[in-house]
Amino acid sequence: MNTAAVQERTNYLNESYGLKSWLLTKDHKRIAVLYFITISVFFAMGGVFASLIRTELLTPPGDLVSSETYNKLFTMHGVIMVFFFLIPSVPATMGNFFLPIMIGARDLAFPRINLLSWYLLIVGGALAIFAMVAGGVDTGWTFYTPYSTTYSNSYVIATALGIFVAGFSSILTGLNFIVTVHRMRAPGMTWFRMPLFVWANYATGVIQVLGTPVIAVTLVLVFCERVFHIGIFDPALGGDPVLFQHLFWFYSHPAVYIMVLPAMGVISELVSTFSRKPVFGYGFVAFSSMAIAVIGFLVWGHHLFVSGQSLYAGLVFSFLSYFVAIPSAIKVFNWTATLYKGSISYATPMLYAFGFIGLFTIGGLTGLFVASLGMDVHVTDTYFVIAHFHYVMVGGTIMAYLGGVHYWWPKMTGRMYPEGWAKLSALIVFIGFNLTFFPQFILGYLGMPRRYHAYPDEFQVLHVLSTAGASVLAVGYLMPAIYLFWSLRYGEVAGANPWGAPGLEWQTASPPPTHNFDKIPVVTQEAYDFSKVAGEVIEVG
Amino acid sequence: MSGHVHEHIDSTKTYVVVLLALLVATVVTTLVAFVDLGNFSVVVALLIAVCKMMLVALFFMHVRYSTRLTKLVLIGGLLWLAILLLLTLTDFATRGWLNTAGK
Repeated sequence: MNTAAVQERTNYLNESYGLKSWLLTKDHKRIAVLYFITISVFFAMGGVFASLIRTELLTPPGDLVSSETYNKLFTMHGVIMVFFFLIPSVPATMGNFFLPIMIGARDLAFPRINLLSWYLLIVGGALAIFAMVAGGVDTGWTFYTPYSTTYSNSYVIATALGIFVAGFSSILTGLNFIVTVHRMRAPGMTWFRMPLFVWANYATGVIQVLGTPVIAVTLVLVFCERVFHIGIFDPALGGDPVLFQHLFWFYSHPAVYIMVLPAMGVISELVSTFSRKPVFGYGFVAFSSMAIAVIGFLVWGHHLFVSGQSLYAGLVFSFLSYFVAIPSAIKVFNWTATLYKGSISYATPMLYAFGFIGLFTIGGLTGLFVASLGMDVHVTDTYFVIAHFHYVMVGGTIMAYLGGVHYWWPKMTGRMYPEGWAKLSALIVFIGFNLTFFPQFILGYLGMPRRYHAYPDEFQVLHVLSTAGASVLAVGYLMPAIYLFWSLRYGEVAGANPWGAPGLEWQTASPPPTHNFDKIPVVTQEAYDFSKVAGEVIEVG
Repeated sequence: MSGHVHEHIDSTKTYVVVLLALLVATVVTTLVAFVDLGNFSVVVALLIAVCKMMLVALFFMHVRYSTRLTKLVLIGGLLWLAILLLLTLTDFATRGWLNTAGK
């Protein structure tokens, strides 16, 4: 074993030891690792709930769990996956780790606030877990009123408080990224030399800062109505239940872009590195991130087409929703154009990137279906919608998340993952994902409503296919959990730049030293300039 | 530039005046609450609140002497609030337009 080479050099992992050195760290890289561990636990929890949901749906009658328990299962699956896994997924882990390094900074602008944001996620998560253990919550992750404020006897307040606290974690991360990008760029690192991953996380930060306070306020209003009976959403008290949906989706639709924009940033890096070409139309891809951040705030009413929202508002929101497809399409077309005449290698991260492009395209295009007023009336609250947003969030975000984890694993750990196993798992994830969710498009179109644990016999074949797919998908997710853990000790030692990529993160050692660079780099070239990259490992410092 | 901005840029007198203005506005808000202005009660109360918010932001939070970027952040926040209110109003303001209940 070649462990000596890794151990000799002082890096962020071996600089100090002990629990205290981790729990009080201000190093963005260590905080990123803390986030990795935390959200992996949440992902596993959300996955267990999903498994129970899919097992229940194997047979038409509701026989595994009661309908009350089923309501709690899908609610907790949604709450955990959305607020405690997907929202922090890419930014809090890879964003935290690589955003400063990619712009040549020694850390984020506010290292203490960065640590605080991790603790806030922990406190928020603890509150949500308390709610689950104490008896669960059954409102759906959307907390629609007046059910959540008046009728539900479950732990709405504790869960909402957990989300409220975790929201501040997200705001602080976004704020930290924005300030870091403005203030901490290395000499020569102009805005248009920044990697597109940085642009994507910057745009995400804008959404986090502008959108998240609204969900926080909304949850406080739910609290006020539930506890003090102040009439805001309950018609009996003079409120309007649709107002809740407006406020909720003002955040929660842009939240979809909090989940997918950083993922798109990852894909830009992967497509470029494994095609050995600069991303086609850099400026368009960068600005499309900003466009998504802005236009994403103008479309929320498409969640309310059949909720009693005025038809005229529906027309406005339907029209605006089509617009957000444009910047998303720009990205997909530009990634595809980047591949053209590229020197493509099919390493595991690139397989995930291919998976992302295909699955996100399906997720995005079916988004246009449900943005159409007429079509949406037919498929609202059916499995069509479930399939649509899982194609975006799982087929999009999680594919990119896994792609990014594999891509940067050698940088973060100093070890290579086993390529053969990784390729196999990427394939299994892709097959399992499609087998799980494609039948749900058909189910929804045929009229299978979401959030039911019993269904007519004729839907069983498609449900069985979906559950079988979920089992395959679970295998695909468990494999990286095992071999990545294995590689920490037994993986091949990685050089500084195993992919021959031009980004600044590859110009420092693997794993990076605590202050990222021994000498602050001076940037003299554009992003993705492969002309100066040696085929071999570049050793700096 | 922002590096030279210090907290004593405003005199104590200015701060006291702003504080008094805020207190007066609070009293006015309370008094107006007892006058029946119909739907305009809320409008007046919110207008006073916005003025108070601007006083706090401009003087106590030093936005008046900050960089253009800081001002942009403030304007961005207000713009996003406007988006929230205006697009929500596309629903609430047009609900009665069709002679169908709820549309």
